[in-house]
Amino acid sequence: MKGVLMYLKVFSFPPACILNKMSIDRVVSTDVKMAEDIQAKLEKYRTAPFDARFPNQNQTRNCWSNYLDYHRCQKALDAKGVDTAPCDWYKRVYKSLCPISWIQKWDDQREEGTFPGKI
Amino acid sequence: MAHPSQLGFQDAASPVMEELLHFHDHALMIVFLISTLVLYIIVAMVSTKLTNKYILDSQEIEVIWTILPAFILILIALPSLRILYLMDEINDPHLTIKAMGHQWYWSYEYTDYEDLGFDSYMLPTQDLAPGQFRLLEADHRMVIPVESPIRVLVSAEDVLHSWAVPSLGVKMDAVPGRLNQTAFIASRPGVFYGQCSEICGANHSFMPIVVEAVPLQYFEKWSSLMLEDT
Repeated sequence: MKGVLMYLKVFSFPPACILNKMSIDRVVSTDVKMAEDIQAKLEKYRTAPFDARFPNQNQTRNCWSNYLDYHRCQKALDAKGVDTAPCDWYKRVYKSLCPISWIQKWDDQREEGTFPGKI
Repeated sequence: MAHPSQLGFQDAASPVMEELLHFHDHALMIVFLISTLVLYIIVAMVSTKLTNKYILDSQEIEVIWTILPAFILILIALPSLRILYLMDEINDPHLTIKAMGHQWYWSYEYTDYEDLGFDSYMLPTQDLAPGQFRLLEADHRMVIPVESPIRVLVSAEDVLHSWAVPSLGVKMDAVPGRLNQTAFIASRPGVFYGQCSEICGANHSFMPIVVEAVPLQYFEKWSSLMLEDT
């Protein structure tokens, strides 16, 4: 009986201090893993992939959405003081989809403060 | 490209256009058969000396000429719907090109990696070399890698235009402020011609589209040369 209890104590549930360390490591490692995932995705980038939110012929919203998402992501991560590399995915996608003249017009509008979207 | 006294479609350069061509052959054959039958019956009725004033009805023939047309319509509808759904499949493009319509030229943008953009004007007739096609040649062609799924996003900078290449089975309206998506695969290397397909002013007939499909290494070489030039 005592032997069984000893066995259960040693080989089953980890003690509290180890549990704490494991959960902290998990939080840190998911952030790092996400950044690594995005890096890997960016390295393998060919062109904007199929986006199920915009399955049809009209891709205007797809371009607009990614442009907004990039600048919102930049603004949010800058405000937190974190590396903005994950935002690069949105940049690659909007650069693939949006006509150069639209991007230039929107960039000028953002500088002037007349950009119609909410960033 | 189109040739003089052409009756049918241009040779297909993409799998979808091949399907459309075969479907058209199938539907046209059915149409010819029905028309021949009707014409025969008309001639036979008109040229006979026999008369029959006493037939009132006939259940059998009524059944036949109801069921048979319904069956023929199904025979046409099934391949038609198959192609419709085939054209609507989700594809995974390797390359995205933007075709922007202007008065009166097209401009192409390849921005997946670097910002490559260039204009494509029709070659004036007096500047054509021997063997080149009048009103179809352009100074810069839209070069694509062969056998790769390509996504083309068509839009316009001023008025309505339409980007069409018949041998690839592609036509998409260019609407200012809107990004219209179409996709195709060039199944063989070659040069494919098209013309603006939406009236857009004085030189609407003089803004052709030329697509050149080449193996991938040549496409990569071409795009680096174009980047150096611009």
